[in-house]
Amino acid sequence: MKHLLSVSDLDAAAATGVLDTADRLKQALLGREVRKLPTLRGRTVITMFYEDSTRTRVSFEIAGKWMSADTVNVSAKGSSVSKGESLRDTSLTLSAMGADCVIVRHPASGAAHRLAGWVDRDHATTGTHTSVVNAGDGTHEHPTQALLDAATLRDRLGGIAGRRIGIVGDVLHSRVARSNVLLLATLGADVVLVAPPTLLPTGVEEWPCRVAAELDAELPALDAVMMLRVQAERMHGSFFPSAREYAIGYGLSADRAALLPDHAVVLHPGPMVRGMEIAPSVADSPSAAILAQVSNGVHVRMAVLYHLLAGAPE
Amino acid sequence: MSDLLISNARPYGGDAVDLLVRDGVVTEIGRGLDAPDGVEVLDAGGHVLLPGFVDLHTHLREPGGEESEDVATGSAAAALGGYTAVFAMPNTDPVADTAVVVEHVRRRGEEVGLVDVHPVGAVTVGLEGVKMAELGTMARSRAQVRMFSDDGRCVHDPLVMRRALEYASALEVVIAQHAEDHRLTAGAQAHEGVVASRLGLAGWPATAEETIVARDCALAREAGAALHVCHVSSARTIDVLRAAKAAGVRVSAEVTPHHLLLTDAALTSYDPVHKVNPPLRTGADTRAMREALAEGVIDVVATDHAPHAAQYKDTEWAAARPGMLGLQTALSVVVHTMLEPGLLDWRGVARVLSERPAEIAGLPDQGRPIAEGEPANFALVDPDGAWTVRGAKLASRAANTPYEGMRLPATVVATVLRGRITTTQGEVRS
Repeated sequence: MKHLLSVSDLDAAAATGVLDTADRLKQALLGREVRKLPTLRGRTVITMFYEDSTRTRVSFEIAGKWMSADTVNVSAKGSSVSKGESLRDTSLTLSAMGADCVIVRHPASGAAHRLAGWVDRDHATTGTHTSVVNAGDGTHEHPTQALLDAATLRDRLGGIAGRRIGIVGDVLHSRVARSNVLLLATLGADVVLVAPPTLLPTGVEEWPCRVAAELDAELPALDAVMMLRVQAERMHGSFFPSAREYAIGYGLSADRAALLPDHAVVLHPGPMVRGMEIAPSVADSPSAAILAQVSNGVHVRMAVLYHLLAGAPE
Repeated sequence: MSDLLISNARPYGGDAVDLLVRDGVVTEIGRGLDAPDGVEVLDAGGHVLLPGFVDLHTHLREPGGEESEDVATGSAAAALGGYTAVFAMPNTDPVADTAVVVEHVRRRGEEVGLVDVHPVGAVTVGLEGVKMAELGTMARSRAQVRMFSDDGRCVHDPLVMRRALEYASALEVVIAQHAEDHRLTAGAQAHEGVVASRLGLAGWPATAEETIVARDCALAREAGAALHVCHVSSARTIDVLRAAKAAGVRVSAEVTPHHLLLTDAALTSYDPVHKVNPPLRTGADTRAMREALAEGVIDVVATDHAPHAAQYKDTEWAAARPGMLGLQTALSVVVHTMLEPGLLDWRGVARVLSERPAEIAGLPDQGRPIAEGEPANFALVDPDGAWTVRGAKLASRAANTPYEGMRLPATVVATVLRGRITTTQGEVRS
């Protein structure tokens, strides 16, 4: 694996391999007083974030540090980017500085693909083979989020194949939804999308999943439900009449959560809008795995860096 | 004005003849003609002779965008592509919305002299869609503007469009509309469909084109004005055009070579060389375009030749400018998509690339029959001359061709403008 740009780069075996590595790294760290593995000592990992992010950027940074990599964080503000430098020049500059891995978040769909193409094409000039990890590109994909969700589901449900997973909310604008539908389908899950028609993309019928209109009808048969974030700017785009009506139709209230089977898991990629897409009591209930998603995120990202920079373990 | 003997040419792919040109006009067509003293002979080698092509939709980028193209490089590309006349779109800097700018563009075209450069004037001041530009002054200027368009932007306000059509009808000029309801395409990056949804690119729905074309046909009918629809891209728009033509609306339409050949399947690389407005659509759309062109519902092929320097294209998809080169590949794409499958013969190719565009724009000296007494504007085509497209080798200053590395049929081996050879064997003659 040279880059991680899309979950479609991973077949079931490769995805399972990353998840298994994440499990092993988690176990390896459990008993340790000093949470640090020497695996990536001397390697340079740069996060390059063109959008605000707390959890993803910090999660990658911690993952790099626990693997003993040298981590550097670049944000679009206060860098050459604000002086009008192109994405290509910025990426080649970081590659020429010896970045073994660039982790990029960008508001343009496909930005990570472009970046990987540029550093590959010019690697002889920059002198470095730089791996690129997509940490979220526009409304396209967020592959490490899908991997950490899969790790969490595997923990809680004992497996993914044959489980029924509901994904609820703004699918149209969600890179989390795109990556999750693809990865969960690859791992054999039965995926159901529930959203108002205005928040479903044209062409969704070609995705490897089913689309349902009525959340209450789906809940009793779900093994897990993933609530997507509704961004504030959607409230003014005539996608739905009001936050109140959205919450009534698609929010996971306590009453609604009671329709889920006892073993079902509630996921949310964060940050949550409590009271709109998810009720506070549900977010804080034992069925919610939201904080487990966060801690699994570090181990999954360690595994991704391991596979990219040290090669897949035998 | 020039003298020339063209020997062994096959007009419209028919029988081989010789053509004698005196002072830019064909004076004799026959077999075994001798060249009078001092008259140059162009050995056509039995290739197909067509009337010189006329492009209703070219971006020459001058003034203001010379890092991507200028009148000299764009004229060279046009001549090498078999064109003898091009219509230069007004979205320059400054915008071609006054007589000063259109006369400048016209004069630059004459100085270069490879192809007739006809400036298209803006419909509204600054392409802002608010205040009508001085159409009459531009029409009566030395540039003799015959076509007006805000191309790149749609004249969106229905009242502004209505007034422009009404006003244009008295001037006997045509309004060419970039049909895109921008309220339906806010943030759009790609054809709204399966590919865009998978790639996370905001969709440009076909309805944004269809609804504007329907509205404009109604307005043109009421005004009795001539409307030209730029770069039709969606199958549904064809239904609207067919109905409007049947009802007697004075509407004409163009399709680009790339909308005849390419589809949004090319987008999966995220390489913005495939970014264009309107976007590449589906295979069903390209098939519908070809059928409509054969049927005549779409009148002409126009290139929408849109050069962009590398810094505007070698970026992330959303940041890239829309547009692709087209002048030097148009004939080959038309041969590949229309002639080879039998949808058009060479007469039909002459119709869609030369005769109808000249008619729509009201050019008296272009798109004429190959006959005695007619102006000697020709494209000489080797139908068996397949070639591999290399952007860096095209005459344009920019290299943004979507056909890079593709092998396409048919080569333009010579172009003749009023009896003067402008290109032979892929080289410009200055």
